[in-house]
Parts: sequence; C-alpha cells; structure tokens
Amino acid sequence: MPVVSYIEAIKTAMEEEMERDERVFILGEDVGKRGGVFRATEGLYERFGAKRVIDTPLAESAIAGVGIGAAMYGMIPIAEMQFADFILPAVNQIISEAAKIRYRSNNDWTCPITIRAPYGGGVHGALYHSQSIEAIFANQPGLKIVMPSSPRDAKGLLKAAIRDPDPVLYFEHKKAYRLLKEEIDNNEEVIEIGKANLLQEGADITVITYGLCVHYAKEAAKELAAEQGIEVNLLDLRTIYPLDQEAIINAVNKTGKVLLITEDNKEGSIISEVSAIIGEHCLFELDAPIKRLAGPNVPAMPYAPTLEKAFMVNQDQIKQAMLDLALF
Amino acid sequence: MTVKTITMPQLGESVTEGTISQWLVQVGDVIEKYQPLVEVMTDKVNAEVPASFSGKITKLLVEEETTIDVGTPLCEIEVESMESTGSNHPEMEHNHEEISSTKEINTMKNRYSPAVLKLASEHQIDLDSVQGTGMGGRITRKDINNRINQTKQEQKPVTETPSSNTLTIERSTSILADKEIPVTGMRKAIATNMVKATSEIPHAWMMIEVDVTNLVRYRNEEKDQFKQSEGYNLSYFAFFLNAVAKALKKFPELNSSWANDKIIQHKDINLSIAVGNETELFVPVIRNVDEKSIKGIAKEIHVLAQKAKSGTLTHQDMAGGTFTVNNTGTFGSVQSMGVINYPQAAILQVESIVKRPVIIDDMFAARDMVNLCLSLDHRILDGVICGQFMSHVKAILENISGNTTPIY
Repeated sequence: MPVVSYIEAIKTAMEEEMERDERVFILGEDVGKRGGVFRATEGLYERFGAKRVIDTPLAESAIAGVGIGAAMYGMIPIAEMQFADFILPAVNQIISEAAKIRYRSNNDWTCPITIRAPYGGGVHGALYHSQSIEAIFANQPGLKIVMPSSPRDAKGLLKAAIRDPDPVLYFEHKKAYRLLKEEIDNNEEVIEIGKANLLQEGADITVITYGLCVHYAKEAAKELAAEQGIEVNLLDLRTIYPLDQEAIINAVNKTGKVLLITEDNKEGSIISEVSAIIGEHCLFELDAPIKRLAGPNVPAMPYAPTLEKAFMVNQDQIKQAMLDLALF
Repeated sequence: MTVKTITMPQLGESVTEGTISQWLVQVGDVIEKYQPLVEVMTDKVNAEVPASFSGKITKLLVEEETTIDVGTPLCEIEVESMESTGSNHPEMEHNHEEISSTKEINTMKNRYSPAVLKLASEHQIDLDSVQGTGMGGRITRKDINNRINQTKQEQKPVTETPSSNTLTIERSTSILADKEIPVTGMRKAIATNMVKATSEIPHAWMMIEVDVTNLVRYRNEEKDQFKQSEGYNLSYFAFFLNAVAKALKKFPELNSSWANDKIIQHKDINLSIAVGNETELFVPVIRNVDEKSIKGIAKEIHVLAQKAKSGTLTHQDMAGGTFTVNNTGTFGSVQSMGVINYPQAAILQVESIVKRPVIIDDMFAARDMVNLCLSLDHRILDGVICGQFMSHVKAILENISGNTTPIY
C-alpha cells in the first residue's frame, strides 16, 4: 500500500470523484493553473481542463454562490476557500441559501455542494490564516460539517461529502497536510458522514476530539500507556455537525471520565455542545467533572511564535490533562 | 540483599483491621514464598498471612494480640535474589507512597461522583469500606468496579457481616479490680450482628414437641458400628439437619432472606450451624444439605466443629448460609428463643432430648421427647406457613427408621 499524505489523500479523492462523475467540478482561488496555494488541486487543471477546474476572482461570496447555483442545477461542485478564515464573506450564501434550500423548497431543490477550507494554526499564519471557524456553522440544520483527522479519513470523508445530496463543509487542517502520512488502500473507501470513530478502547479515561487534535491525543495516549499504563478510550468525532450522540454517550459511559479537546476558542465551541450532550445523557455514569481543553478566549491566533505556541493546544498539554483526569 | 516489608493484607471486603493472634515464624527463620507467617483474626475470619517472597525474617514489627489496620507493616524479610528485588522494589515503594499519601490527605474521600453513588447503591456497597485510589483518596468508579468484580469472584456470600465500626460502645466507669476486656474481632462482630438482628427483625416464636423415640433407637443401634467404620460420631444433629433440609425443600418460604425491597427465596439449601468455643461463636455453613446423606452431613459437622475449635474456619466456610439450625440441646437446654442470623428468615433451635412420660392410647409410656423452637422474621413469614413447616419436620423426625432415612 502506498504511503499517502493528508493533502495527497484530498487530491486523490477529488481526482477519483471527478473521474467517476462528470458533474463534479472544482472552483476556487488559484485552484486551476497554480494547483492551489497548498497544491491540493495540483495536476487536476491539466488533467480535467479549465471547464472543470475553475479559477475564480477573489470573492468568496461568489465562489459559494456560483457553487450553490450550479449544485441546484444538477452539478456537483467542490468549492475551495483558500483559507477557512476567508469564508466569512460567504456565510450568507452558505447559511441562508445552501443550508436551507431543501427545506425552503419542500424537497423540490437540493444543493449537493462541498465547500473545502483549510483551517487551524501552528503554521505561523497569524490572524487571517489560522482560525478555527467550525462553530459558526455548527447550529445550522441543513449543513453537515466534517473534519478529518488522518489521510485515510481525509480521503474517505471527502468522497462521502462529494456524494452527499446536501451541502457539506469540509474543514482540513493545514498543518496536517504534510505532517500526517499513512498507508492507504487504493480501494474506493467512503466513510459515512455522521458517524464518529472509536480509535482506541481504554478503561481509564475517554478523550473526545476531532481534526488535528486527534493526532496529538493519539500520541499523548501512546506515551501515557507506555509510561503510566493509562488506557485511553479515544473517540474521533469525524463529523462535528450533526454530532454522533450515540457514539459520544457510549464512549463516555465506558469510563465515566471525559476530556474534550478542540483547537478552537473554548466558549461556544463544538466541545461545548458535546459537553451538553454528556450532561443530558450521562449524569449517572460520570465519575469526574467534564474536562475541556481548548484555545484561550483570545480574539485570534498571535503571530509571535511564543504566543502562538501558548495559544495552540499541544501534545504536552493534552498529555497532562489526560493524566490529571486519570488520577482524579 | 534487600529488606522488604510485608504488610497486613485486606482479608475480605469491609475488613479494615485485624488482630495478630499468633506468629508462626520467628526472627532468623528462613522462609519460602507463600509460607504462612502469622495468624490474623478479623471480625470475619481467622486467616493466615502468607509470605509474598522467600527470604529470612529479620524483624517482627507487631506483637501478638495487637490490633492493626490493613496496610500496617507486619514484618521485614531479607530477600536474597537480586533479580526479584530489582523488579519488585520500586513497585513496593510506589505502593507505600500511595498508601501514605492517601492517608495524609483524604480530603476527597467523602466526595462521591454520580457514577460511584449509583454503582454503590445498585450493589449495596458500603462506601466507608472502600479504599479510594483517586485524587485525595477519592473513591473512583474503577475502585467500585474492582470491588464488584472482587465480590463476584468470592462467589458473593449471602450473609454479609455488617461493618464492625458502626457500633459505638459507651464505656461505663469501672472499679479498679474489675477486668476490662476489649471488644474486638469476633466479639465485636457478634455484638454488631445481634444488635442489627434484634433491632431490625420483628421476631416471632413457635415451639413444638417431637417424639424422637424411633430416632434414638435407630441411632443407638448404628452409632458404634458407625464410629468404628467412619472414625467420627453419628450425631443426632445430622438427622435434625436432614429433616430440616427436607422440610425446607417443601416450604422454600423459610429458606429465604430479607433484602429491603424484596424477599430473596434461595434455591440452594445451605444450613448455617452454630458452633462455639469458650469465647467465640461461629456460624459455618453446610452446603446443599438436601443433597447429602446422613453420613455426609455428620462428616461435615465433624469437620466444621474441628475447624471451629482450632480457629481455622475460613471466610468461605462461613459464607452463603440460607437458614440456621442451632444445637442448643448440647447444653441441656429444653427451651430457648433464638436470634435470627441476619438476613435469613428463620432459625431453628434443637433442644435436648429427654425421656418423659407421655400418654399414648390412654397409657403412660416412657418416650424420648425433644422441643424444637423456631424464631421467624415476621416480615417474611407468618404463623401458618411456619406451623406447617414445623409439623412437617415433626412428621419426618417421628417416622425416622432405617427404611425412611438410611445413613449412607
């Protein structure tokens, strides 16, 4: 099996889907000739031509709007936001149009668009290139949000997003692009949207997270298992909206001690909602207060390397939080 | 050469302390792993503490007759093998640290999480008896789960001796010449159990008179032969247990126990029998009496009585009783009111067999008579069912012969 990086997995997923279905096309800033600023669409312009890999003006609202319109007319667009931070001009299109069209038209119209956007910090990107913006969209019924944590998931979830009959936001961590590599089968795996993934079972504590934090949590758990014999039950949410309640409840009930991790600011984040689900369903299984590890409530990712480091949730913090919870 | 310490182990759930009754080794003895070191008496059992490793005893840290907490160091052993010390030592030290640190700051000991409270109430676990391993001595969900698994492994005794420290005893002032006997171990457990049984159970009593002339004749015919071939006595008590087991089979209502919101009717007939020495009372159990011959029962009575005398009854020997039969007749008693062995439903006292004039067919006859006294938990049982039970026991006993009740 070939070793594939996170970004290669994304490219391969798009390539395979474009090959499979002629209606699939890509639009975004610099996605064509340039192959994307991160090279996520490298070679696709050459292979599929300018009609299926479309360079757009610097106008995110238009990228989303054009995509939504095309989707409603039967195309299957993959719209790329160059950085998730830039999605904000497109919010009106996404929330007011894409999310609601099926409901508003009483099932007459659908909008099978996928919007890809690189999120996350730790790459010296500062304010406009580091944000986690998933929480903005995570209370909009009609939308689905997936955030893959590994190359395999990146490929399988992107394929599922493209094939989904409704709008899906696909947030990929830009630091994961070349950091995460793994062997992937060449088969056509499609990972179901809406289902969380229990990565490893353990009896001591439950950790629930998503995106790049899954990688850190996995590494921290490995260290703790070797050093302290602490077994971590690790749940990767995969789809962060709507949440897989059943998997969350089961994972929590297994240990009664739960650590929730996100790179986003703490208040009003995805894990706040996870915490509410646990509070509603798991009271009598809880053996410790629900613990949240998240970015501080600071407006943006700082540029100074020291401050950026302080802002980002990292493996050491996760390990310490896990240990504290296990000892509680 | 490394010196290692052996500590007082936890001898059964809810046991928090024990009294050193006798050292089985001396300083200077070279001992093997698992060799018994010391006899410890707890409020539940007498047990021997085995050595955790081989080596030479260098120090005994506790004197006989002292009562110590679980975890207290008992003795020191000089261990020879370097390899085993290398692997064990840090672990031991680690454990020590944990124990001492939890003792110092048990600030979280009484903070219970919802999960712990739920599990404890579901499995009726006394949280005071659980050693917490969490932060500040907090009892974690894992601690409770471990306890539940541990209890399951011990095959879940039906009679759980309540924790001994629930009872506070007011000390009365005493004159100098009076002898003060500390209430510890078995005495304390008996006291606690009796208070619980008499204060909680609404007792009612019933007595019947049974003509056991046939039984006496039958047993006298067989006893010498039996003693010769088996080596122990063919006691009357075995026949009484046999009759009670048969009657319990017919009236399972009496073979039950009280569990607050429900009555548990037991399938197995496990008879607790009271045996004692000068200072103590034990209630070991003969299991599945209904499946055993008179010989089998007599043998078990013999074995358990020997164990009681030598103080070697184990927790296992005393667990799981469903009904108690008490041989009060041994002392010549002809009538008594027994206290129920909590949480069982009833206790039967077998009084002494006495020859008495009885009128049969308008004629005086000299017959062997015995009184059977039943104490019943009136929450579980009523007079009618107990009356029927007693009549049935009577009928069985009065019809005993070689045909109805073979010894083998």
